[in-house]
Amino acid sequence: MKNKNLVNTAEWAVEYALKCGATEATAGVSEDKSLNIVLLNDGIEKLQESNQKSLNIDLYCSNRYSSHSTNDLREDSLKKFIEEAVKMTNYLAKDEARSLPDRKYYPNKDLLSMDLELSDSGFSSVDFENKIGLLQKMYNSINGKSDKIINVTTYYYDSISKGVLVHSNGFSGETVDTGYSIYASVSANDPNGGKPSAGHGCTVRYLKDLLNPEEIANKALERTLGKIGQKKIDSGVYKMVVENRSAGNPVGTILRALGGRAIQQKNSYLEGMLGKKIASERLTIVDDPFVKKGLASRLFDSEGLAAQRREIVSKGILNSYYINNYYGRKLNMEPSTGSSSNIVYGYGDKSMNELVKMIDKGILVTDFIGGNFNTTTGDFSNGISGFYVEKGEIKFPVNEMNISGNAKNLWANLLEVGNDPQVYSSNRTPSFLFDKVDFSGK
Amino acid sequence: MTTHIDRRNFLKKSAMGLTGVLVLPAFLKLHGNDALATVKNINSIKDYYDRFNVTEEMLAKVMSEALSRGGDYCDLFFQHKISNYVILEDNQVNRAYSNVDFGVGIRVLKGDQTGYSFAEEITLANMLEAAKTASNIAKAGSRVSPVGIKEKKIKNIYPIELPWENVSITDKMPLMTELNEKVFALNSKIIKAVISCSDDSNYILAVNSEGMAVCDFQPIGRIAVNCTAESGGKKETNYGDMAGRKGFELFSHKNIDLIASQAVSKTMILFDAVKPEAGEMEVVLAAGESGILLHEAIGHGMEADFNRKKESIYSDMINKPVAENFVNIIDDALYPDLQGSINTDDECGDAQKTFLVENGILTSYMHDRISSKYYNLSPTGNGRRESFRHIPLPRMRNTYMTNGPHTKDEIIQSVKKGIYCETFTNGQVNIGPGDFTFYVKNGYLIEDGKMTKPIKDINIIGNGPKMLKDITMAGNDFKMAQGGWTCGKNGQSVPVSMGLPTVKVSKLTVGGESK
Repeated sequence: MKNKNLVNTAEWAVEYALKCGATEATAGVSEDKSLNIVLLNDGIEKLQESNQKSLNIDLYCSNRYSSHSTNDLREDSLKKFIEEAVKMTNYLAKDEARSLPDRKYYPNKDLLSMDLELSDSGFSSVDFENKIGLLQKMYNSINGKSDKIINVTTYYYDSISKGVLVHSNGFSGETVDTGYSIYASVSANDPNGGKPSAGHGCTVRYLKDLLNPEEIANKALERTLGKIGQKKIDSGVYKMVVENRSAGNPVGTILRALGGRAIQQKNSYLEGMLGKKIASERLTIVDDPFVKKGLASRLFDSEGLAAQRREIVSKGILNSYYINNYYGRKLNMEPSTGSSSNIVYGYGDKSMNELVKMIDKGILVTDFIGGNFNTTTGDFSNGISGFYVEKGEIKFPVNEMNISGNAKNLWANLLEVGNDPQVYSSNRTPSFLFDKVDFSGK
Repeated sequence: MTTHIDRRNFLKKSAMGLTGVLVLPAFLKLHGNDALATVKNINSIKDYYDRFNVTEEMLAKVMSEALSRGGDYCDLFFQHKISNYVILEDNQVNRAYSNVDFGVGIRVLKGDQTGYSFAEEITLANMLEAAKTASNIAKAGSRVSPVGIKEKKIKNIYPIELPWENVSITDKMPLMTELNEKVFALNSKIIKAVISCSDDSNYILAVNSEGMAVCDFQPIGRIAVNCTAESGGKKETNYGDMAGRKGFELFSHKNIDLIASQAVSKTMILFDAVKPEAGEMEVVLAAGESGILLHEAIGHGMEADFNRKKESIYSDMINKPVAENFVNIIDDALYPDLQGSINTDDECGDAQKTFLVENGILTSYMHDRISSKYYNLSPTGNGRRESFRHIPLPRMRNTYMTNGPHTKDEIIQSVKKGIYCETFTNGQVNIGPGDFTFYVKNGYLIEDGKMTKPIKDINIIGNGPKMLKDITMAGNDFKMAQGGWTCGKNGQSVPVSMGLPTVKVSKLTVGGESK
């Protein structure tokens, strides 16, 4: 038991809720500590330290459900809080689907003993000068490299989170996660007007896995200077490469329509599509909670459901929804999980540059801005910026354009998947090449 | 910062806090079940000291500690926020959530550098520790001493009739059911509806080392419907909502009728909607929530932090003509009862009405304390924050344009080929280049001076300063948005509102289908 105090608090809260009359209860207790440093050029702009703890309790009173949180963990306060919460939950409507998950869905001992390498044991021994040194390195490697630079802003963030989750029907689980992020953002003067800015960074579980700060800084500068001279081109139907780091946007038109609530509430264009083709056979999407050091790795989810690796889309065929315990009961389906973990893909064999080479006339999209997606119909429309490509060559930066269409057509027109997962995200998207995308510009 | 580690945390449905005094979430309370069920009319600073369990002596000690390393200013921001969220789904009020947030944030400034920490349990020892952490931003410098505290009296521009803390779940349930029934009664093609009722009771107390103390009670209520209809084998979803700094009186039978008919008509019209042709065209914005145009195209770019750092496209345009002389754009804290209305900002700044553009001339940025010092100007009362866990930043309040010289009919008739935008879901801006977007949920094509077919689900993109120059007509039918808008910046969310008369922009890039 790693977090004895947290476990004791959670177990006590569950027992007390039952004593007050709840038929079932869960309690989660968490404790987080984080540090955030921001440098504007060579001076500190912000220094923030945070320590937080909280308790969340879910109550089931004869199939009536409510959920409450507090950070006053003193026994007297908690007692009164729980007593009143149980009493009043009884005024809500009875809902037969509201009860804890069946025990068979909880993780077994073997699973719970697995080490996903999510916690850096050296977390508390990293000194402040080292942390700020990373930012100074990023600034120093950019400073003076271009007379167009207005500002360089660099960010450091680290955190350690401990949590426990206890259910009254026999589940108990614990987590300890650490994380480190560094990021550089550069803003520059465009002689043609405007002040483009861009950034680059990385997020990891272990300090030693952070990318070289100079490499991050140079990438941030390159991305910013690359935006100088951006303009819009004529509206039309073009081929589109989406760079890996922005590819979460188009993938969202599938993932956001797979939730149990969207299916049950008839808000998903993918309702009734299990086993059917929803994309070109190039597309394979896997939800993998077991990636070592993964940013969304886990052994169980927020409802205590045992983690499992699931193919969501296999060569274009939809295999699985995200079904939590409650909507599983309402839909009469097996629960899987209500929330995604790490998303990995069936990667191709070409780099982003090789995908760009395949374009005769088209656009490499590097950033999305605004826009939205209608989960009920699959329609989407988003602002973009990136580069115009002709005969496989990047010609000039573009911005102030939209892409619009329907997710069904977009994914049917997927031509290639890159070999370049972005590993500093829980959504390990590669770059994608799409055919026939509607761009609006001039 | 976009690289924040993915802090997946199964325990935390939301940031929470509760200490010092036990106040139960409103929905847990029934009328008269205990002394907590009736909220006292709190308006004196003494009540706030009691609520947070502090004395002036304690505050002075904490501020002395905060300034002990050479900081030149510090402030303490106490907050107690009680939030409820109740949902009706599949015809039953079958789930309810509550949050209580309680704590104090301590900020130390050294020039434009910020040290920050907070305590969730308000005790002298915890506050002194947080003050010490925040004080680390300063390494040396002459010692500034905090000045004796004097309360700043403010006027309440959002008095409410029925405080949410006096309202129990049993009061809300029948009204939510009534709203649900209205939605289904309005059209037999509605197959699903989700009704939500959310409310905040937010108590804040800000104290600073210049001797100012100010307290405010900032309520918010929001009622929303999401509904889905099925017709001819197709499905469409849309929403209707109403929000503001109101109490339970917001949930009137009249408003229930309004929200229901809005949600249903906005959903049903989508079945007839088409996509416009992709490309540049004339765009007419309907009076009301089209104020999203201003929020994105000029609002964010006029927040002074981006200008102080010379990163905004507007950073060298003050006192320059940016639009036709009938264009007046205002960011207003004092507009009554809207989500963005505030009696005081979150760093003791006076709430006020700020002209961003006056008769076509760019007049003022929106300042917080740091930027007003930098520019040597008075603050404009735009220093806002999400909670005691966050530092204040220049943020918008209610942003709108006043009436212009044209009528709505004249504006529509002047358009040969364009679109009319009526409702929206979201928008975004890149501050430096000035690219802004907003997503149109409902609207119409305009062909030869007439509104014709409905349109749906398209994004519009433009450039802020170019768009201002291209405002060629403005109507005399100014209206504020009635919905609940939330603005995000640097990871912090704050409630805002917006408004506009009917406006024509001669050229924007509209998403759609290529010919």
